[in-house]
Amino acid sequence: MPRLSRRLAPSAGALGSCALAGCTPLNVLAHDGVTGSRETGLGWFLVIVSCAVVCIITILVLAAYVRSRKRRTRDDAVFAGRSGVPWVMWGGVVIPGIVLLVTFIFTIGTLDAVAAPTRSPAATVKVIGHQWWWEVRYEGTGPSHTVVTANEIHVPVGQPVRLELTTSDVIHSFWVPALAGKTDIIPGQTNTTWIEARHTGVFGGTCGEYCGAQHAHMQMRVIADSPGDFQKWLADEAAPAAKPADPTAADGLRVFMTSGCANCHTIRGTGSGGGVGPDLTHIASRTTIAAGALPNTQANLMGWIVAAQAIKPGSDMPSMPLPSRDLQSLAAYLETLR
Amino acid sequence: MATLAPIATAPLERLHDTWEARPGLYGILATVDHKTIGKRYLVTSLIFLVLGGIEALIMRAQLTHANAHLLSPGAYDQLFTMHGITMIFWYASPVLSGFSNYIWPLMLGSRDMAYPRVNALSYWTFLASGIFIYTALCIGQAPNAGWFAYAPMTLRPFDPGLNMDFYALGLIFLTVSTTIGAINFIGTVMKMRAPGMSLNRLPIFVYGTMTASFAAVFSLPALTVATTYLYFERHFHMHFFDAAQGGSPLLWQHLFWMFGHPWVYIIVLPAMGMVSEMVPTFCRRPLVAYPYVAMSTIATGIIGFGVWVHHMFATGLPGVSMSFFSGASIIIAIPSAIAVFAWIATMWLGTPVWKTPMMFVAGFVVLFVIGGVSGVVTAAVPFDWQVTDTYFVVAHIHYVLIGINVFPVVAAFYYWMPKMTGRMMSETLGKWNFWTMFIGFNLGFFPMHISGLLGMPRRVYTYPASAGWGSVNLITTIGSAVFAVGVLLFVINIFVSLRRGAFAGSNPWHAGTLEWAMESPPPPYNFAVIPIIRSRLPLWEDQLGDATPGLISGEGHSHVSEGVVLAEGRETFGTSPLEAHPLHVLHMPEDSMFPFLLAVAMLGTAYGLVFSLWWLAILGGVGMLACLIGWLWPRHLVTGERA
Repeated sequence: MPRLSRRLAPSAGALGSCALAGCTPLNVLAHDGVTGSRETGLGWFLVIVSCAVVCIITILVLAAYVRSRKRRTRDDAVFAGRSGVPWVMWGGVVIPGIVLLVTFIFTIGTLDAVAAPTRSPAATVKVIGHQWWWEVRYEGTGPSHTVVTANEIHVPVGQPVRLELTTSDVIHSFWVPALAGKTDIIPGQTNTTWIEARHTGVFGGTCGEYCGAQHAHMQMRVIADSPGDFQKWLADEAAPAAKPADPTAADGLRVFMTSGCANCHTIRGTGSGGGVGPDLTHIASRTTIAAGALPNTQANLMGWIVAAQAIKPGSDMPSMPLPSRDLQSLAAYLETLR
Repeated sequence: MATLAPIATAPLERLHDTWEARPGLYGILATVDHKTIGKRYLVTSLIFLVLGGIEALIMRAQLTHANAHLLSPGAYDQLFTMHGITMIFWYASPVLSGFSNYIWPLMLGSRDMAYPRVNALSYWTFLASGIFIYTALCIGQAPNAGWFAYAPMTLRPFDPGLNMDFYALGLIFLTVSTTIGAINFIGTVMKMRAPGMSLNRLPIFVYGTMTASFAAVFSLPALTVATTYLYFERHFHMHFFDAAQGGSPLLWQHLFWMFGHPWVYIIVLPAMGMVSEMVPTFCRRPLVAYPYVAMSTIATGIIGFGVWVHHMFATGLPGVSMSFFSGASIIIAIPSAIAVFAWIATMWLGTPVWKTPMMFVAGFVVLFVIGGVSGVVTAAVPFDWQVTDTYFVVAHIHYVLIGINVFPVVAAFYYWMPKMTGRMMSETLGKWNFWTMFIGFNLGFFPMHISGLLGMPRRVYTYPASAGWGSVNLITTIGSAVFAVGVLLFVINIFVSLRRGAFAGSNPWHAGTLEWAMESPPPPYNFAVIPIIRSRLPLWEDQLGDATPGLISGEGHSHVSEGVVLAEGRETFGTSPLEAHPLHVLHMPEDSMFPFLLAVAMLGTAYGLVFSLWWLAILGGVGMLACLIGWLWPRHLVTGERA
């Protein structure tokens, strides 16, 4: 147990093992959120009780083996002996009954505690699952205030945030282990859940339900900002994309509008309106691309544009064999979208 | 029938001639002997075990390290789906049917199963459905949406190939086999027990398969409905599961798990029953708390129908229903705990002899408990939200299915192979076999709990190096390879023992149940005389004396070598369901080609439906009808023969 606890403890910085460097790991016994910590408490209880039960039974089997070595008789002799029913009554009914009752009460108590936040949510975020990326929408008072982004969910720290989960295609499951357990995203219904981060930071998440060829590459991040930073981020995101200033970037915008990118992607303020792929209005402010498959660097962006099908075979993003000059100016333009 | 006398030689020869299959191809295809069918089931399901294992090893090679490129995502998806359905449908359940088919009539004191021709049909459809589903893999269109096949990913817009058509039709095909097999077991246990073998004298193995058979009969319709809907939706544009057209993706999940959860018990209860046969034999005493174990078997089968929603805790159902299903999923641990403590108490109060089967059984008890407690962990709703669909659940299902199915099955091979072949399996090789399997299994599958708690989702074909799952996965792959070596040793031991094994004699383990009463391998007619039973352990009565469990005073002792000879054609006793009073002499059917031909016609229909070759489907349908007419044709009314 001590080794296990060291490996799984939230503070185990050595793990550093998250889907991408820089965010918390997916480790379910490491937690930060209000819901996640409740679930983790129940988890530790279950892990410890389970280990104890397994140890007791293993010892009993081994002891039966050791005893039999001493009591060797003729192989074919048979004895009825004692009935042994008290073993079954105590070991099979009474003791497990008590342990399971405690487990059940603990479970129901936790279920009740995490069902709803104690305060009204500070924000409502719509999360839409796609094969294989996450659309994230902050609905404002009108279309001009609606913020649309992808694969990164900004939330204010210390405040509950309500999530409305829908899907555009198949079943996905929203899972950010440090903040809350999974909630499935099912066609034809809107499931809701809530999260509340206790500290600022970046929390790793991933799709929890098998959803096709690229289920392995459907990560997301929850970024908990101070309430002030969150409001500023929201205001920045709501603004349309800035006009490209330098000529290379301006050429990149031309490439974006004429090479087919605009058919699937939207950059607000440019006249593009594609809804198949992620909204790219502020793509440069995101930390990853391709739903967490790659860190958001200019080189990766170019690699992704020309060879998306090699990186995520089966995804809707086609590999775009752009001439190298076009590719460079497109990447330069996208870099300006902060 | 009142007189009891040792049997003379002349009736023995007559019995032999009556019950033996005809030589040649006709005999091979037409035999309805439960022993032959049982052996075929065992061999076929072991082949599927090896195929499913190879699929697993290829997947493990892909997952050995981060960002591996051995498999494409599409190939990985087909492999994990085929691995799942092969192990669950074409190995785990049929292998138990194989043992039950072979052992039941011997254990129950009967000369065959209740419906021998249905039994033959059950095997041939099982084989044909396996050929059908592996056709899909051979043409690169194997099912690819997981064994659970959640809609809408299985529908045409997301999965346009033939993959899921093979899945839907393959499972409908297999359910025919399983359903009629289960009905045959129920009929057999109700009517075909030796006189005096009342319900309180049934071996626990019989309770296990009987409960599993009832569970199969009641749960399989849900699967048949679901897969039929799936085929209809894919082919005829009906919209059962398509939310955009008013269908419901959750309908699939409810139907699937209403079947799928009882199925877990269908593939473990008979295996637990086999353990309850082996533990007393090797501990040299009757099973502790027999009535409690029998009742807990039945209770598990019943509660198993009330827990399916624990596969759906994350789907957004209301809290009240989740707490109900959480409670049910937690309570089902009690009957299992009863069985575990009955085995442990039997070991503790007996004097265990550590032959290979007993080693596997002892290992099984530990694995069973690990699989059981992780089941309770997943029954706790809020924590299930964290671990469901991670490798924690992969670890759980493998501890349940390998721990509770494969370990007892291997033990049962060591235990009953001598009865089937007349030769013992090697003890030395057996000990090596046990330790490689046990160590390999725990080395491979225990770390999956850890990778799950570290957040590794299941069904991912690759993972990034930064995730930190690399070393755990490397250990898992190494463990799987060691486990595979263990399985290989087991297969080698089977082949070695067939040629060089020591002769077994009738009762090599000095066991107490009825199947050890006749020579090994048993003659075609099983019992020369129909035995009369007065206790649960007829072969131990002399040693146990008054302590014989289930011995009703004043009724005397069991008779296994003298009794009633039924030798006028294929005959055995039909007895009453509860007390097993002899009611009538049953005339059992002769061998017949029709079960085989019917399965071939069904295979033709299935190919016709999957490839949309409607002429072939109709031809197969006509063939099936013709076979049924031939099967049921009342020849005896014309010729005077018995049917």
